[in-house]
Amino acid sequence: MTTETPGKVLPQPSVLTEPYWEACRQGELTMQRCEGCQAYQFYPRTICSHCGGRDLAWSVVSGRGQIKSFTIVRRGISRAYEAPYVLALINLDEGPCMMSSLVGCDPDTVVVGARVTVAFESWSTDIEMPVFKLVKAS
Amino acid sequence: MMDKSLRGKVAIVGVADTEVGVLPGRTPMEMGVEAALAAIADAGLEKNDVDGLVTCNAMAQPMMYHAEATAEYLQIFPRYCIAAGAGGGTTFSIIHHAASAIATGMADVVVVAMADAMRSGLTRDQAMLVQASTGHPEFEQPYGPTVPAYYALIAQAHMAEFGTTQEQFASIAVACRAHAARNPAAQMRDLISVEDVLESRMIADPLHLLDCSLVSDGGSAIVLTSSERAADMKQTPIYLLGAGEGHSHEHISAARNLTTSAAKEAGQRAFEMSGLRPTDMDFAQLYDCFTPTVLVELEDLGFCNKGEGGAFVESGALLPGGSLPVNTHGGLLSHSHPGNPGSMFALTESVWQLRGEASGRQVAGSKNALVHAQGGIMSSHTALVLGTEAS
Repeated sequence: MTTETPGKVLPQPSVLTEPYWEACRQGELTMQRCEGCQAYQFYPRTICSHCGGRDLAWSVVSGRGQIKSFTIVRRGISRAYEAPYVLALINLDEGPCMMSSLVGCDPDTVVVGARVTVAFESWSTDIEMPVFKLVKAS
Repeated sequence: MMDKSLRGKVAIVGVADTEVGVLPGRTPMEMGVEAALAAIADAGLEKNDVDGLVTCNAMAQPMMYHAEATAEYLQIFPRYCIAAGAGGGTTFSIIHHAASAIATGMADVVVVAMADAMRSGLTRDQAMLVQASTGHPEFEQPYGPTVPAYYALIAQAHMAEFGTTQEQFASIAVACRAHAARNPAAQMRDLISVEDVLESRMIADPLHLLDCSLVSDGGSAIVLTSSERAADMKQTPIYLLGAGEGHSHEHISAARNLTTSAAKEAGQRAFEMSGLRPTDMDFAQLYDCFTPTVLVELEDLGFCNKGEGGAFVESGALLPGGSLPVNTHGGLLSHSHPGNPGSMFALTESVWQLRGEASGRQVAGSKNALVHAQGGIMSSHTALVLGTEAS
């Protein structure tokens, strides 16, 4: 997929964050993990926000978590974002919290605490955007 | 040893608001200067008595050296002059700083003046910039969060954790409007009901249009000086008895907790300095950019227990004549919200109430009040305790 999605806010990777976006291009969600205290952190930093350590490595995470909170945005921030859409805070099983979109679901069925799993959407030639889907109850 | 507490050392001796609402053609600088001069006159002073000036930048008229430009416009030449970084909570952290500047001798008479023209003065590009000014540019903004959406995340979390309802959030908007109805200066004065709020357009679940604050033009200013100097000035001094701040995060995805904010530390610090408790407050002005902030603040500031905010607001406590009238001018929800200056109107209102000058909306016999502001997304909090007695 090489289609540009006009108007959306595209992430501008930095030297520090490029490995995150490169992993996304490979279909993997990664987080920084401290070699000293083993804690994961998000967003990426030059220091471990738990112990202050500097020895951070990128680690593939499960991409699974649960909804910490969410909202259904009824009035989009711009025409590039077609309302309604679900904005969510996801608590990943590894610990960190991240903002993301919840896709492929009826917004009115979303609840706090629901299990979710990561998926990727092509937003540009360079950006595969990590979004989340509800895990169907088995 | 020097007494480091600010308690009772500084007083507000002059206050003024401009007209608020929809004021096309008036620049933030013009409104800020008008408010400053009116506050100086209210204090019975001349502009040349002012040796400290604090402003905040205006989104509709951004400047690199905003306070200096304001001093130049006024043709005053202060020895303490600074424009604070913008944000709803900054308004009262500025008061904290200005009071400290007086206590440490940096200035004797400080004017804090703020104005903006969020309603009439923003170009399309500036309006977009305002929307994009919150949110992590790489890890939040791409997902399309709107400002109401951030606060909806807090509301939804509170509902899930404590069973809080949309009706309870709505009752906060109803209370603010009931106060505004008694304030001729307020932008929105027609009474509303819980049903009106719930029937207004959904913006970001669970927040309806009437859960969201206004967009306004306007300015406001106060004059601060030492309590010694205040004693023989024109107005009844309103003393700063406590000031406290709490700062927990910037981005909502990095918040320690969605349902308990750093208003807790801000309130504890302010109350501790003042030697007073929440039950000593005759009214409170709580930051109400969206209804859920007020509910969380009531809990965090100790006016009710955590998780009981819904029942507290539903009881009618916040209404005129209630056990804790909140936002007696109408708040950001119904008086005005010109952006960063928004909390200034809660401060000037508190002074009028404590002076006994709030005519048709006077909270009878008011002696002490708490005013609170927050900025970011429940990120940065300042609480001030004001009173009519210095000690």
